[in-house]
Amino acid sequence: MKIVIVGCGRVGSSAAELWDRAGHEVIILDESTRAFERLPTSFSGHAVRGDGTDEDVLRRAGIEGADIFLALTEGDNRNVMAAQLAVEAFEVPRVIAKINDPVRAAAYAELGISTLCRTGLMIDAMNAQLGFPPSGLAGMLAPSGHHPGGENHLLPESQEVVTTTMPGATPAPGASMEA
Amino acid sequence: MFVLVVGGGKVGYYLAKELLDSGHEVALMEKDPDRARQIADEIGSIVIAHDGCEGKYLGEAGANRADAIAAVTGDDEDNLVICQMAKHHFDVPRTIARVNNPKNEALFRHLGVDELISPTRMILGSIEQDIPVHELLHLAALGEGELELIEAHLQTGSPAIGRAPRDLDIPDGCSLFAVIRDGVASPLRPDTVLREGDKVIAIGKQECEDLLHGQLIGDPEAAATI
Repeated sequence: MKIVIVGCGRVGSSAAELWDRAGHEVIILDESTRAFERLPTSFSGHAVRGDGTDEDVLRRAGIEGADIFLALTEGDNRNVMAAQLAVEAFEVPRVIAKINDPVRAAAYAELGISTLCRTGLMIDAMNAQLGFPPSGLAGMLAPSGHHPGGENHLLPESQEVVTTTMPGATPAPGASMEA
Repeated sequence: MFVLVVGGGKVGYYLAKELLDSGHEVALMEKDPDRARQIADEIGSIVIAHDGCEGKYLGEAGANRADAIAAVTGDDEDNLVICQMAKHHFDVPRTIARVNNPKNEALFRHLGVDELISPTRMILGSIEQDIPVHELLHLAALGEGELELIEAHLQTGSPAIGRAPRDLDIPDGCSLFAVIRDGVASPLRPDTVLREGDKVIAIGKQECEDLLHGQLIGDPEAAATI
């Protein structure tokens, strides 16, 4: 699999290390070269310095033909924009964006992006540990709405998916776009 | 009209001020509390010191009854998210985003932002208009961007000098409609004989540019440098 990761923080670098070792082709981007110090010397993928919300940077980094795209920076909006670029401009089939604001996470799941919300995941991990009932907050959300970019389903049917109903959530209009 | 302005930088501040002066109802969201307080001191208590990207605060600011939202922060990704949240979560009928990187325009439009304002492109356009060149000048993009408003400055060597539009081979989908001569604009008739120094204004599809260049400027080789 060709995997592109935007954001070389703890999660990004650990995932990159793991999947690189498992034999996947990993490309990881970060705006700071210091972030790449988290990668082990054995890392054989590509570490590219640049802004993951810039179409040209993504293209230069080699996003074309990627199977998986993960937006894991500390900025929710940067992740949202990078993920939508991956879907719309590069037609990456599987895209996940980390969005820590539960409202935004639910909103973008409705718009067809798989979202990962640390707030929901951590609270529910604590609830499970403490024997409290689940929060109902967004954790890992599969896309529940249609995204103009096409199919983007990530979770198997069996996995529990929290969905939030939002009035007026409709797919963005527009049929084509110059990549 | 109730307009929600997000981003209290220079653009947001003056925008809110102008809107208030024209009698509109305005709420301005600025996440930096110091900046928010500073603006509130000057234009009153319409300032909400919260991040307009957060769904919760957009709601509190009254997004669900806003007639329009203007996302004018300095960060494109924030402006995109503000407009998308406003449109899909709060049904705001009109979303306007400031776009700093002109490359993002296509994505924003595709993702449903209603209106885009790109200061970068506007300044670029203005600079291009000021440079005297022997080329076709792009004045504006029309429609979805497939049509261009073009100005051709007829100078020595132009095959159009001494001829009228009806004698020229104007490509289909292209229209010459006005001429500026000695600073005076007048409609361009099929029999108007063109002179050196005339500026011809045309509308045409982008792909007609090369042909138009050959007819009005001459030297098709130069067309490649547009």
